[in-house]
Amino acid sequence: MNFIHFIRGSLKIIFQGSKMYYAWLLFLFLMILWGALGYGNQLAEGLVKTHMRDSVSWAFYIGNFTFLVGIAAAAVMLVIPAYIYNWKPIKEIVIFGELLAVCAVIMSIAFIIVDIGNPQRFWHMLPGLGTMNFPSSMLSWDFFVLLTYLIINFAVVSHLLYSIFYGKEYNKKAVLVLVFISIPMAVAIHTVTAFLYNAIPARPFWNSALLAPRFLASAFCSGPAILLILFQLLRKFTHFEIKDEAIWTIAELMVYAMFIYLFFTVAELFKEFYSGTEHILYWKYLLFGIGDNKELVPYSWSSIIMGCIAFLLFLVPRTRKNFVTLNIGAVLIYASVYVEKGIALIIPGFTPDTLGQIYVYTPSMTEIRTAAMIFSLGFLLFTFLVKIAIAIIFEDYSVKSIEKKLTMSEQRN
Amino acid sequence: MTKKTNIPTNRKLHSPDKAEGFQVQRSFPQLVLLLLCATLIFSCHRKESAYNKNVLPNQAIKDTLKSTEYAVEAPPLTEGIFPCSDCHSELEPNPERRTLDWHEEITGIFDHDSENRWCLDCHDLENRDSLRLASGKLLNFKESYKLCGQCHGEKLRDWKVGVHGKRTGEWNGEKEYLLCVHCHNPHAPKFESLTPEPPPVRQEDIQ
Amino acid sequence: MKANKSRRSFLKNISFATASALALSSCELKSLDKFFQKNFRTLSKKEIDQMIKELEEDYQTKYGKEFHVSAKPATDQTLFGYALDISRCIGCRRCVYACVEENNQSRDPQIHWIQVLQMEKEKGVDFAHSDVHYNPEKVPEEGHFYLPVQCQQCRNPQCTTVCPVKATWQEPDGIVVVDYNWCIGCRYCMAACPYGARHFNWAEPNVPADKINTETHYLGNRPRLKGVVEKCTFCIQRVREGRYPACVEVCPVGARKFGNLLDPESEIRYILENKRVLVLKQELNTQPKFYYFFGV
Repeated sequence: MNFIHFIRGSLKIIFQGSKMYYAWLLFLFLMILWGALGYGNQLAEGLVKTHMRDSVSWAFYIGNFTFLVGIAAAAVMLVIPAYIYNWKPIKEIVIFGELLAVCAVIMSIAFIIVDIGNPQRFWHMLPGLGTMNFPSSMLSWDFFVLLTYLIINFAVVSHLLYSIFYGKEYNKKAVLVLVFISIPMAVAIHTVTAFLYNAIPARPFWNSALLAPRFLASAFCSGPAILLILFQLLRKFTHFEIKDEAIWTIAELMVYAMFIYLFFTVAELFKEFYSGTEHILYWKYLLFGIGDNKELVPYSWSSIIMGCIAFLLFLVPRTRKNFVTLNIGAVLIYASVYVEKGIALIIPGFTPDTLGQIYVYTPSMTEIRTAAMIFSLGFLLFTFLVKIAIAIIFEDYSVKSIEKKLTMSEQRN
Repeated sequence: MTKKTNIPTNRKLHSPDKAEGFQVQRSFPQLVLLLLCATLIFSCHRKESAYNKNVLPNQAIKDTLKSTEYAVEAPPLTEGIFPCSDCHSELEPNPERRTLDWHEEITGIFDHDSENRWCLDCHDLENRDSLRLASGKLLNFKESYKLCGQCHGEKLRDWKVGVHGKRTGEWNGEKEYLLCVHCHNPHAPKFESLTPEPPPVRQEDIQ
Repeated sequence: MKANKSRRSFLKNISFATASALALSSCELKSLDKFFQKNFRTLSKKEIDQMIKELEEDYQTKYGKEFHVSAKPATDQTLFGYALDISRCIGCRRCVYACVEENNQSRDPQIHWIQVLQMEKEKGVDFAHSDVHYNPEKVPEEGHFYLPVQCQQCRNPQCTTVCPVKATWQEPDGIVVVDYNWCIGCRYCMAACPYGARHFNWAEPNVPADKINTETHYLGNRPRLKGVVEKCTFCIQRVREGRYPACVEVCPVGARKFGNLLDPESEIRYILENKRVLVLKQELNTQPKFYYFFGV
């Protein structure tokens, strides 16, 4: 009975809000509709509606998948500093971090599903039902760890919210254990995703031991950037209390991550360009173009420039402690990593292809629409979950309040 | 190229208008004259073939046992050209190397070490229906690959094991070989260039 | 009265709905059956026979021709190998199109299992400076040589290792095959293949009915589906019957050689033992069974 009340109450919360909130929902719905029509076309006609072809057989979808795995990983890894530095609202940080992780994992799996040629055969990958190629295939590993990660985070966050909702003490031991499992899992999902590419000798661009470390470092730049902005918004609009120092510490940690990321990238570039083997081709295509094919050059350099500006803004204490420049930096680093993972990671791995042929890939409208659909769905889910969480944590939305309301309305009647 | 030398006059025998001449003959004395000529030519050639029989050893073409192993139908020769003796039996064999001004279809394209070689390096002087190895051994046209192998020994060896040339049929059973002359014109053996099939559609154009 | 009537019509509707649902389900049963079809390697002999019968019927209705779908397994003591004489190939692309016709590749969108690369003699085997779209009046072109690339049938294939659902594997006779009814179309194998040998059905494959080859193998040239990966199988439908692959038979210069690597008398073994042989991208340790050699 209480559960039904919870659902009804939550639905009410979801659909109540300011005009801005409704505008946001409307925007997301329109985006989903627009995207779904594009994706429907792809389902009917096949992946020919994308611009992927035999030479560039993975592209924008897989790039987005990789980026979102990074977000999912970083959101939870933030728990470590929260624990070490003993930021006060650690429970809240865990909850919002894990909500973000849950949404990001769902979105990343969605990107895999739209990328495969026969989504109705997805069950072939499930152990028991299908013939999962475990442990040989990295994709089966990735699917396995992503699913586990999703379940763990969902369990933790729902248990925490559930306990608060019922006014009970949450199971501290179980939550602590699960959180401490989910932290290495966060590292694992991004590492396994890196291994997905890294273990393919056919693609020299990815076949570097630094790929997994670079993935983790870049995730630690982009993931906290979202939370940084989210925390400020929460602080402004709810009773969520986080000190400036905590936010600055997050920013400081991001500087370290950015520096490590920069260092890894420079190390990679040095090795490639100084040794100048035939593998240099892919980096050349990415950074300078080959012949007349310079399609990726604006993307790669904009990513580099945005990243460097963000690094400087976060590095200098004055700009780090100024919330305007801090937020600019957060947006820039997020955009930089998004372009890096979405475009600059996958496409140069395939250009030129294994036989040296250049197929110029740019995302088709169908791909952009499908991605818009998934991102909008993810944002919608995240908005709803955050709204419910806010209500439970800060707005005294609980079993008691529901009961009180019920009795009040009964009395009125 | 071969050096130009004076050509013997028996070319006339080859000229096609001679056949027309036969039909034109009407008067009796002319007919008698012609008959006389024919008898004379015939008797001359009888003498010549007797000479061949006595002088040239080993003139019969013998297939070796091994040749059946690679027995493949030889490609057809140019129509009407074989047996060569149809015409050549009426000609005095001339072993002197020279530029011919008939068989233009061959001399026109001949490109097979033409600086050093000519017809009689492969064709037998006396028995025109036969090929001839350097040893003097006569060879059936069906076994021409042995003649080729005389110089191109390595190719012959590769061909015998199926590495040079083409095999069709079964990888583990009966195979059909092609002879050298199926693919290479013996008078101009260099492989002719081909028009390629269309290139693949550019991936940009696959919609 | 009114209530009674509506109840009767309700009953009528219900029975109608049930009947139509039943009719629909019997119709849908087949496609549902297909949906739950298992991986080829987990099927029993009986299940395979049944499935092949159904496939043959499906193809007949689709193309109006009688089909033969074989599931002939590998024979003992065979390991197929291939050798291509780089010094002979003239780049005429006869093999490309013979392969398309034999193996029912989609004509539109076009799929070619064989890519012929034109390379400069001066540069040697250099993929970065190669061209697949060369189109002169006559081939071979001065100063160039040609390198046809198809599935290299690796002994140590990366593509089968990475497949998340075991939809592709190496058969006992060394042929790497794909179960088109099991492939989910994730294209991980295409990323993993160092030879660009795997091709994806980006749209519904299209082969005109008068061009279709009805002599097929389940793991080879049977008609494919949208959204699955396909590749060269050494013409599994031919070589398992003892015949040469189509590309071997069509090559006008006899540059293509095929045989059993376990048979010391085979032409392929002769080449390995007597000729200068190379494999592509040897450093990747894929150990191809497709060799390139110099006949001269």
